[in-house]
Amino acid sequence: MITAIFAALFYVATLVLAGGLFYRIRLYLRTPAPLKIPTTPAPTTQSGVAFRLVREVVLFESLFKANKWIWIFGWIFHAALLLVLLRHLRYFTQPVWDWVALVQPFGIYAGFAMVAGLLGLWARRILVPRVRYISAPSDHLMLALLVAIGASGLGMKFVAHTDIVALKAFFLGLMRFELNPLPPDPLLLIHIGLVAALMIIFPFSKLLHGVGLFFSPTRNQVDNPRERRHLAPWAAKLESGAGQK
Amino acid sequence: MADAVNPEAAKPAMPAAAPPKAPTAGATAAAKPAAPKKDYSAYIIAKGQPVPSPTEIPQFKCGAMSDSKPFVAKSEHQTPLGFPGELVDNWQEKAVAKMGDLLGKYRSLQVYMDSCIKCGACTDKCHYFLGTGDPNNMPVARQDLFRKVYRRYFTTAGKWFPKLVGAEDFTEKVLDEWYTYFHQCSQCRRCSVYCPVGIDTAEVSMAAREIMDHVGKGQKYSNEIIGKVFKVGNNLGLPKKAIRSTLDGLEEEIKEETGLDVRLPLDEVGAEIMLVTPSADLFAEPHIQGLIGYAKVFHQAGISWTLSSHASEAANFGMFIGSYENMRNVSLRIREAALELKVKRLVFGECGHAWRVAYSFLNTLAGPFDFLDPRYPIPQHIVEFTVDQINKGNLRFDKSQNDKYRLTFHDSCNVARGSRMGDVEGGQFEFPRQILRATCNHFYDMAPETIKEATFCCGGGGGLLTDDLMDLRIKGAQPRMRAMQQVAQDHGVTHLAAICAICKAQFTKVMPAYGFKMDAILSVHQMVANAIVLDGSIQAKALDQKLAAPQIGNA
Repeated sequence: MITAIFAALFYVATLVLAGGLFYRIRLYLRTPAPLKIPTTPAPTTQSGVAFRLVREVVLFESLFKANKWIWIFGWIFHAALLLVLLRHLRYFTQPVWDWVALVQPFGIYAGFAMVAGLLGLWARRILVPRVRYISAPSDHLMLALLVAIGASGLGMKFVAHTDIVALKAFFLGLMRFELNPLPPDPLLLIHIGLVAALMIIFPFSKLLHGVGLFFSPTRNQVDNPRERRHLAPWAAKLESGAGQK
Repeated sequence: MADAVNPEAAKPAMPAAAPPKAPTAGATAAAKPAAPKKDYSAYIIAKGQPVPSPTEIPQFKCGAMSDSKPFVAKSEHQTPLGFPGELVDNWQEKAVAKMGDLLGKYRSLQVYMDSCIKCGACTDKCHYFLGTGDPNNMPVARQDLFRKVYRRYFTTAGKWFPKLVGAEDFTEKVLDEWYTYFHQCSQCRRCSVYCPVGIDTAEVSMAAREIMDHVGKGQKYSNEIIGKVFKVGNNLGLPKKAIRSTLDGLEEEIKEETGLDVRLPLDEVGAEIMLVTPSADLFAEPHIQGLIGYAKVFHQAGISWTLSSHASEAANFGMFIGSYENMRNVSLRIREAALELKVKRLVFGECGHAWRVAYSFLNTLAGPFDFLDPRYPIPQHIVEFTVDQINKGNLRFDKSQNDKYRLTFHDSCNVARGSRMGDVEGGQFEFPRQILRATCNHFYDMAPETIKEATFCCGGGGGLLTDDLMDLRIKGAQPRMRAMQQVAQDHGVTHLAAICAICKAQFTKVMPAYGFKMDAILSVHQMVANAIVLDGSIQAKALDQKLAAPQIGNA
């Protein structure tokens, strides 16, 4: 029964995440940016823009300029999350890829770093009046969700082990549309239940910032308006009207 | 004659006789009684006292600026721009529909509504927050005034769980907050530099103003000015006759000074260059000194040029109100004038947002400019033009003419963060400094966290340069003024040079509150005008004699 419920949950969560992201990305792609608005100084070539985006994604360049505390907590959280996610690939691959095995030991420490980064961000949200002022209940809940996912994961590693062989069989089975029994450990059920919730919330929440950055005109536009005329389709329609000589 | 770009300041008939040397803000008696008198004495730093950091984060003063609202546009200001004359009955429905329309037209708006992490990076970056302490002036809080409505009507979470995600109905109270706080954003884009996702609050405030205009709640200052451009050709409402008479006066003045016939042509068909400059350059101090500088550079370069009465305005307030259509209609006048005068090149005078519109948008709005000479940038900034002439060795300067100034430079926000000069990233910072170093002996930059891409707005940009917002303007200038107070103490700086008409007009008004004289603001091309030694001029002869004489003492 538990197995079936969680299997269904993960199928739904995957569909919502993929469908939701697909819908958002399509919306962003279809919405034109009628004017050139890169925040200057901006790269004058396409490859320069790619490099700018890479710096934003990998180093959080703008955030570094803004505030070193947010930067250090945010960067630690994201980098650690990446390692943790990579580590988790071993539950979805058979045999486990070599490089995933290599990441393995780092991934475990990254779990702590991730929670530490989140707690740092949360502390700022509570203690810094400016950040407290702009926080909605959902901003706190999002942090609570992520901390709970991290803590329950660490709990299984260091406090109450679960049957990870059976767990892996469950997920490998899901990928082939087979049902294998899920170990009914409370910590595990909490952990993966919250992950499914996160997947469902993702496309409806501020977690979209991960996608938004790539579509942000202040960051992804080339600074070349004098050299190349930029015209949105709806703006081009104005030109067929009166006014243009 | 009060504020350079203030509509009240320039009744059409008046400036005809305006002498070029007229003190801009001299006649304070003419200013209408706006806000009650406030005490700004704490802004003046006594000699030897430490200057507080320009980036010092203030304590919250909730609601401190909730009463700061500009005058609402009347029907006669609204209708020429295609907006309803007063707040329409079903405004809420109309506003939500317009929001949907804009979300579909502007990717920036759609992405920025979805992507804010509420990380707090921008919270201490806005000069209006730093200057007022009102939490609604934190960029994210300002955006959230818009975002809470967006979430309520356009997102699943906001429709189902409004309280949880901070969504709110578009009530009269919210509309009032919008009108208040979206007129406390100068669209300077400083916050966009620091946002990890690149969210630009200017895009949000433009959209908010566009929505308010469409339901009949426009801002008088901006909309009245745009109407004047459509009717007369420029923000100040200067008719052709008045412009010509000013230019005649300047020609005489330059003749007297240099002994040369330096021309300031108007509507001359067949000139090489059409100069599009803010109309303040034709009217107010220190702007007009900059115009003299342009004329001298063109003269020395030996290139024919002309102003246009049809496009006698570089400023484009269509940007401030977020109206693509109005911005386009203002821009098209420039295209029309360029075609009519059969010019080959387009050069823009010193104006911040005008340069953003010209550099970033003009090709889009009024292009393609395939009838202009492709060997030159289209359009070109006067600073680019002058730097090019300096690099070619065509200009000779006597820097000692500017020795009475100890200068610093104010990077205007729209030039700094919304445009470029030259071919290299960041040229917009180096070009004006190159001119100042070439023309002045004493130049000192302000603190690095307050210049270049991190520059602070003058406090009067984005359609806020109106007397009904004077309290906001004085407070918003605080970070910039503190940075200047620092270099005044450290290096004895006395004057601030700028390349923006709004900055110049704003500083003229607010500098006295910070202990500087109102004429402590200068045009960059004013420095050029003072130092340039035109071939065959009285100055050239004197300088040649001096150089020919045997050197005694220090050179």
